[in-house]
Amino acid sequence: MNNPKTITVAVTGLNNIDSPGPGVSVIRGIKDSELNVRIIGLAYENLEPGIYMPGLVDKTYLIPFPSTGSEAFLSRLAYINEKEDLDLIIPNFDSELYLFIKYSDELLKMGIHTFLPTLDQFEERHKNNLPEYGKKYGIKMPVSQAVLNSKELSNLPKPLSYPYYIKGKFYEAYKVNTINEGVAYFNKLSAKWGLPVVVQQSITGTEVNVIVLGDGEGNTISAVAMRKQYITDKGKAWGGITINDERLIEITHDIVRKTKWRGAMELEMIKTDEGEYHLIEINPRIPAWVYLAVGAGQNIPEMVCRLAMGEKVTALTDYEYGKMFIRYSWDLIGDISDFEKIIIFGEL
Amino acid sequence: MSKLNSLAISDNGFIFKPSTGESFTTNEIGLIIINLLKEEKSADEIINKITEEFDIDAISAGRDLYEYLDFLKREKMLD
Repeated sequence: MNNPKTITVAVTGLNNIDSPGPGVSVIRGIKDSELNVRIIGLAYENLEPGIYMPGLVDKTYLIPFPSTGSEAFLSRLAYINEKEDLDLIIPNFDSELYLFIKYSDELLKMGIHTFLPTLDQFEERHKNNLPEYGKKYGIKMPVSQAVLNSKELSNLPKPLSYPYYIKGKFYEAYKVNTINEGVAYFNKLSAKWGLPVVVQQSITGTEVNVIVLGDGEGNTISAVAMRKQYITDKGKAWGGITINDERLIEITHDIVRKTKWRGAMELEMIKTDEGEYHLIEINPRIPAWVYLAVGAGQNIPEMVCRLAMGEKVTALTDYEYGKMFIRYSWDLIGDISDFEKIIIFGEL
Repeated sequence: MSKLNSLAISDNGFIFKPSTGESFTTNEIGLIIINLLKEEKSADEIINKITEEFDIDAISAGRDLYEYLDFLKREKMLD
């Protein structure tokens, strides 16, 4: 699998904070591989830690938020491409994926490869579409309802009942036990992430997650299962361990086979005491804990790069169980001149 | 593979259950019970072994054994 040619890979999601983006872990995986790479960081904010981490990125450019619109987005990527001659981009935020998928052909014309789901695949797994998704692909899911107005919370269709989770369109979820809690969280989530807000029945059990890479033809190239061991108040894994759950991996392969998913994703499931699995969410991108999969023997960022560049990649089935990750925070000391470059020129 | 054989058990009494990622600790008597169960020894044989190894009578050893079997079943480590 040696590849002597240097490829230039742009990566987003450098915000390595308490709700971390996957970018830093993605870059670590790529750098652990035999790929010969130049890494270009794409940042939305000038204090994303990945910009300043020594030895992580070769160069960083600020890019406009997706809400700015496609024209500014494409124009900035064209400028960066002119400077860096990008070979591929790995986008790592849910909120930017729509643009990257929609304009993947334009990017390819610029010589920039991606390895992403189709727009249909991306759209149909949205939180507000999950009940239909479950029916279509024969996957067990908790009852859920998309809500556009807080008044709907007092009249949710049966069998939805307390406790339930209320979830933002892209991120954040809160457990709700009363109507007052529900309304307060609805207002918070709709203001932050837009509409709809999704109400999903709480299921009792253990949360288990799988990171998956599909080749777009129904084959699972990689799948690693993990149980969170330490969860922050934002619901993020601060520690986790790889597990050997054969049924969970079987379900994962089945979903990839039926959906023909292209690219990486994370499946979040609840395993009940009776051994049933309920899919509670699909994140359509590499999750922040991807470096655990790398440590367990499946380098998903490397495989994404190779697939995006048109290489044939052999599917992996084995990984080490009992591999753990524990996150930590670390104070970097930077220089104001670096910050100045990002502020004034939008690149560092 | 039986549930018991799928466990990773260290000599220090640390038990890792790969199917769920859970971990447990056990004492010396627990370790002996698990190892004898893996060898498919009977309850009487396990009780005899415990009374040989520890300063404990057969009634107490039997109580320890059945309490430990309950724990293993409750945690789904034993069929």
